[in-house]
Amino acid sequence: MTVKDVDITSLRPVNAIVVGASAGGVEALLTIFAALKPGYRLPIIVVLHLPDERRSQLAAVFARRLPIPVKEVDDKEPIVPGTLYFAPPGYHVSVERDRSFSLSREERVHYSRPSIDYLFESAADVYQHALAAILLTGANQDGAQGLDTVKQQGGLTIVQDPDEALVSTMPQAALDRFQPDCILPLHGIARLLVELERIECN
Amino acid sequence: MQRNTDIELRLLIEAIYLKYSYDFRDYSGASIKRRVQHALRQFDCKTISALQERVLHDPLAFMQLLQLLTIPVSEMFRDPEHFLAIRQEVVPILKTYPSLKIWVAGCSTGEEVYSMAILLREEGLLDRSIIYATDINPRSLEKAKQGIFSMENIRAYTHNYQKSGGQRSFADYYTAAYDYAIFDKSLSDNVTFADHSLATDSVFSETHLISCRNVLIYFNKTLQNRAFGLFHESLCHRGFLMLGSKETLDFSDYSKQFSPLLQQERIYRKL
Repeated sequence: MTVKDVDITSLRPVNAIVVGASAGGVEALLTIFAALKPGYRLPIIVVLHLPDERRSQLAAVFARRLPIPVKEVDDKEPIVPGTLYFAPPGYHVSVERDRSFSLSREERVHYSRPSIDYLFESAADVYQHALAAILLTGANQDGAQGLDTVKQQGGLTIVQDPDEALVSTMPQAALDRFQPDCILPLHGIARLLVELERIECN
Repeated sequence: MQRNTDIELRLLIEAIYLKYSYDFRDYSGASIKRRVQHALRQFDCKTISALQERVLHDPLAFMQLLQLLTIPVSEMFRDPEHFLAIRQEVVPILKTYPSLKIWVAGCSTGEEVYSMAILLREEGLLDRSIIYATDINPRSLEKAKQGIFSMENIRAYTHNYQKSGGQRSFADYYTAAYDYAIFDKSLSDNVTFADHSLATDSVFSETHLISCRNVLIYFNKTLQNRAFGLFHESLCHRGFLMLGSKETLDFSDYSKQFSPLLQQERIYRKL
């Protein structure tokens, strides 16, 4: 079964959104965040695989293009609603019970640090059903297991339609594992982000 | 209602503390949970309770588990810009002191210690310095003392060293033997390696500079505050505190008791 659009009435409120992407990720992220308006009230936490350099311009690039606050995660930083966070290069990001971030230099997961699995699994543990997790284009398997964990905890799982993804390996790895709640093209995910905030804040 | 794994995790950590005095109770929850789950696979245990039984009754098994709970991931001159900033901005001030006491807290297998010693030697400061290198993991400390590192990493370390403002050939500091680089023993002449826990021990000396990089990320806020408290107590007036590139005092109780000297490089001074 392939779900090509979302039944808005079936959406449950969430408290946070996590996103994972790899190859082709920058363009995909810009597309899904394009509809965000100033004052957006959900926190969005992104792991995008990048070369292991110390300083990344990612947050600055998105801050220039989006009307919401964007920053790279610092250790122990409290998660502020309405902020878009990026994992720093070279560190895993986890969500702690008090809804702050922790960083880690533990070993790579699927050759990746930051790892999408690492973020998704810790966020699923904390937010449980009140989490939406989105897996986008990418050339490796990172994120599939984490997304599965989100699903098991009752969270909302969204996978980019592999037919549309620049590199389909990553979304396909998730689909090979389990059936997510939605399989959507990028513009559909963009609409979903807006809807998730609307129902959360009504 | 708490989940079984959360209950079991808490009991394991409590048992380790009661039995072996290693205190992981205020470590970051997500990371410790992940590492315990990794240990379950290594020990071939089905549940955390089973792992608890194993390590409670077998000190050698606990020592194995300790290797999995601590993160011995380090490199020499990690973040070369950090070391360049020390050379340019901190060393000129250090040179005004007649003698120096430096604490590398959570030194793991010693990469940060040897990096610091090399920097101090090139700046003419090593002979008048005492370096305290501390960690909770006895195996890591033993490795740090030996100063022998795998040759496969040396190329990356050499690159880091050059970017950090290194003044010589990095090969001057070690002897290659098969797959290992044996570092010059005289680098550690003034280094005291010691078992010290930021979670349970107190301050042991006044210091001028403390480097504690990528250690505090594994602590929760409570334990970070304890560590910052120790650093504040240990440092002399205007003493230097060096953190990892994504670590910050901003979310701690001590944010007003230090001022950033170089925010980007996470170099702070005690007020």
